[in-house]
Amino acid sequence: MVDITNPDEVITQALLREVDLTPFGFAGSLALITLDNGMDHTRPNTFGPGSLEKLNEAITAALASSASAIAITGKPFIFAAGADLSALSLLSNRDQALAIGKLGHDVFRRLGESTKPTFAFINGLALGGGLEVGLHCHYRTLAATAFTGLPEVFLGLVPGWGGATILPKLIGPTNAVQVIMLNALNNNTMMKAKDALALGVTDAVFAPADFLENSVAFAATVLSGKKKIERNDFSADDEAWTSALATGRAAMNKKYGGAQLPSPTKALELIAAARTASLSEGFDAEDQVLADLTMSDSLRASLYSFNLIQKKRKKVEGAPKPALARKVTKVGVVGAGLMASQLALIMMRNLKVPVVITDLDQERVDKGLAYIHGEIAKLVEKRRLSPEAAARLTTLISGSTSKSVYADCNFVIEAIFEELSLKQKLFTELESIVSEECVLATNTSSLSVEKMAQGLKHPERVIGFHFFNPVAIMPLLEVARTTSTDDATTATAISVGKELKKTMVIVKDAPAFVVNRLLTRFMGEITDAIDEGTPYDVADVAMKPLGLPMTSLELLGLVGPGVALHVAETLHHNLGERYRISPTMQRFVEKGVRTFYIKGADGKQIPNPDALALVEKGTSPSTAEAVRTRALKALAQEARMMLDEGVVSTPAEIDICMLLGSGWPMHLGGILPYLDREGISEEVTGQRFHPAGVASLPQI
Amino acid sequence: MSRSHMQSLGDSQPVLVDAVRSPFGKSGSLYVNTRADDIMVRVLRGLLERNPQLSPSAIDDVAIAAATQAGDQGMNIGRSASLLAGIPNTVPGYSIDRWCAGAMTSVTTLAGAIAAGAYDIAVAGGVEHMGNHPIGEGMDPNPRYLAEKIVDQDALAMGSTAERLHDKFPHLTKERADKFALSSQMKTAAAYAAGEIQRDLIPVAVRSAELGYGIATVDEPPRPTTTMEGLAALKTPFRPAGRVTAGNSSGLNDGATAAIIASAGKAKELGLPVKAKMVSFAFAGVEPEIMGYGPVPSTIKALEKAGLSIGEIGLFEINEAFAVQVLSFLDHFGIGDDDARVNIHGGAIAVGHPLASSGIRLMLNLARGFEKHPEVQYGITTMCIGLGMGGTVIWENPHFTQKAGA
Repeated sequence: MVDITNPDEVITQALLREVDLTPFGFAGSLALITLDNGMDHTRPNTFGPGSLEKLNEAITAALASSASAIAITGKPFIFAAGADLSALSLLSNRDQALAIGKLGHDVFRRLGESTKPTFAFINGLALGGGLEVGLHCHYRTLAATAFTGLPEVFLGLVPGWGGATILPKLIGPTNAVQVIMLNALNNNTMMKAKDALALGVTDAVFAPADFLENSVAFAATVLSGKKKIERNDFSADDEAWTSALATGRAAMNKKYGGAQLPSPTKALELIAAARTASLSEGFDAEDQVLADLTMSDSLRASLYSFNLIQKKRKKVEGAPKPALARKVTKVGVVGAGLMASQLALIMMRNLKVPVVITDLDQERVDKGLAYIHGEIAKLVEKRRLSPEAAARLTTLISGSTSKSVYADCNFVIEAIFEELSLKQKLFTELESIVSEECVLATNTSSLSVEKMAQGLKHPERVIGFHFFNPVAIMPLLEVARTTSTDDATTATAISVGKELKKTMVIVKDAPAFVVNRLLTRFMGEITDAIDEGTPYDVADVAMKPLGLPMTSLELLGLVGPGVALHVAETLHHNLGERYRISPTMQRFVEKGVRTFYIKGADGKQIPNPDALALVEKGTSPSTAEAVRTRALKALAQEARMMLDEGVVSTPAEIDICMLLGSGWPMHLGGILPYLDREGISEEVTGQRFHPAGVASLPQI
Repeated sequence: MSRSHMQSLGDSQPVLVDAVRSPFGKSGSLYVNTRADDIMVRVLRGLLERNPQLSPSAIDDVAIAAATQAGDQGMNIGRSASLLAGIPNTVPGYSIDRWCAGAMTSVTTLAGAIAAGAYDIAVAGGVEHMGNHPIGEGMDPNPRYLAEKIVDQDALAMGSTAERLHDKFPHLTKERADKFALSSQMKTAAAYAAGEIQRDLIPVAVRSAELGYGIATVDEPPRPTTTMEGLAALKTPFRPAGRVTAGNSSGLNDGATAAIIASAGKAKELGLPVKAKMVSFAFAGVEPEIMGYGPVPSTIKALEKAGLSIGEIGLFEINEAFAVQVLSFLDHFGIGDDDARVNIHGGAIAVGHPLASSGIRLMLNLARGFEKHPEVQYGITTMCIGLGMGGTVIWENPHFTQKAGA
């Protein structure tokens, strides 16, 4: 017997009581199991080995009772949030991983195999194993406000407690692929109740106010035969299976740039097998896949990433006391271009204080205001904003050509042209207008914040506040302190960032901070390889096995060669020769080539002939493998230098920046866990970034 | 045939369309982890589900009573429960307090508005979670009460007022009180056996730390195994050698009730059933020390308004806060302790008395009585009220047939 007990497990109790169904028109009773870990909704019910054992005992008691049927429900607002992931990170060998998968199946399948009818009354959040326990039951009801989903593939797992096998049989391949693959890969989208009903995941939806009462009544009508729930057999529909699996594969390819990652690949295999496999065969296959995945470094890195994202959302490493923050009652945004307008919009939407923008002439100001009003109108159209809320926002925004409007602002952020002398001049001018305590923030991506503050009477109120494009969507904010930035300024900036719902990393003022520095170094290696003569299609797909959301040259199209070149030049100038200036890139900028790829006649991406013509023709090509190694080594070297320089204080800060600032996938752990497990960290820097076991399998 | 003012209103006469309630619980037990507003909300939703002809947006007002208006019974429980029940936010709501007669006052106040033509249809209700809100919670009696002898100390403890009734009417002995209590338990048990009570109970989800979720479908307080010997042996907690015991009183309970009150015209228009037609109502005061006597003057007043005599009343629903209080009423009007017209399904001594909710429970019992007794033309619901009051509503049976009565 393999020991899988976890002494720290928060046990979800499975409480049992018998409910008389006579008042609901059925002569019999229902054994009602309530999952409840005794804590409030902020600590959802989860299933570790101890909790599974409790559920097993309750099912045994329910089967032995005089009750005619069994139902399972959750605690207020929560059904169950799935497997206890903290326990997964503790497993150190495959036998344990296999055992926990089997235990889940052994317990849950009793609900499916029960000769008494079984019901899941899904009263609240049901994710992963939480939804799977419900899928084993013969019937399901769902509260109208409950969110459900199978996030396993998002996390690098598969729905391995029955979900991958039962769901395709229950709701068909098309809908199962939607839930297991498409939703999970689309940033872990959860189903609303009406979606779950339409997909067939639940048999009925009831209002939360009397969800349990109506669910019990539903059970009584099913038991008395007044209501019949029909199930379809999907196994014969060849075309549905083929097209559903193709849709799933396409989603995986899109998300991970064509990389065949184990979790989505295996999930698709399990879905495909569910067409003909028996439940037992399916469950056995799930056990094996789950054990393999659990014992992989990439899953451990995913769990590390997942926890890191949750943790960093709440706590900013190295932040001064929040009490030091000054109140922000009016915000100024300098510039009325696209970036400035986006900043103005996010500030007014979240802070709900007056926001004023300025630019050199009225035309530009009007254009900025028109953009903002247009975005507000779009939000109303999409019903993301009520007309009243829109009217309130509209009164908050104003524009001017005179900087005097900043006089009563407490927070002014600039998003003007990336040139140091212009920004220095701006801050000097602003200082003569605003109060001594007004925060002066810059959204620069690579210039020295320190230098911008030089010569000011109050350099302590200057701070870097670096957003990522698109501002409303990208969750990261790099907060750059200079040597003179004081705590009150930092605290104020962080309180603003919290209102904007951003995850923040405090960085030392150093060229390009974290994300752009690493990305520029990384892309530089790829463009260098091309300049040296490596065919673009070899160099650009070199990183494919990593499963990045886009290739380097695709990213270049998004950022624009102008900005990329500017950042590269700044870094070349400040950090040295390892940041090279690509002659290809210079020619792109010179000739106004904006993207490397364009859309071909058939809608597929093809190289832009204008760009291809400008590519430097070197004579020493590399293999894809060599390009990849070189780029990864560069990342390891740069990351170690950043830690040594104190740009950030911990490796985790670098990882969170790559996860949230450049959307690098969770199975890389941001990036450093991947460099560790590939042995690159040690080869380049002589040491790992993370100890073994933190974002990888423990070493035993 | 007498015609009260309300009876002369034609289509504007207020009628009881339907009434329901939650199962009642013993405080600290059935609903220990259930909020008062959640019980109220569930009852409101159950009431509206039973009456699909009534579009919730047509409700003119929602009046909900609670004796303690704080916490989960606060925040203007009328408005709050209405919003939580999913009644459209265009429907207004307010809260009502007349201690034990809260729900009764919800009904009479809304009926007044209907009679005046201000409303066409409204929802009345009452809720009391005495586990969450022990009787007298947050009370701060003015020191003048005692200093100036405005009331006696006894007036503020309901059990003591019941003892004072025994003092006032020595012939209403403890034995008579116990006998009445036993009969209440027996009548309730019989009504349960016949399924009379269950059909107006709205199932309510309940939760406990040990058992998880469950569904309340029956009253928790009844003690069908009660005996005279058992009752005789109970302590008298309000005074040594007293007569008032837990057995011949209602207990500390949790529960909620709700009713639809409409004008006769509106009920007809919407095709809603009519369970009772309001004839008159009255409230009256007595010395706070003998508050249990309140139903006597309020009934006299209501009969006068109705132009009826006590002999014309065929069914009585009297709240059994204390057995002696019911006995003093019956005694006054010369009705026997075991008169078959009184509390046909038993009363609060058996099913419980969640203070402000009880008034509507009396009405729904009377409505069931009217159905079973078409020979009865008039019935009353009446109850005593803390700090010395009584309330009475006189109803006409819509099922009344002259023939059956003849």
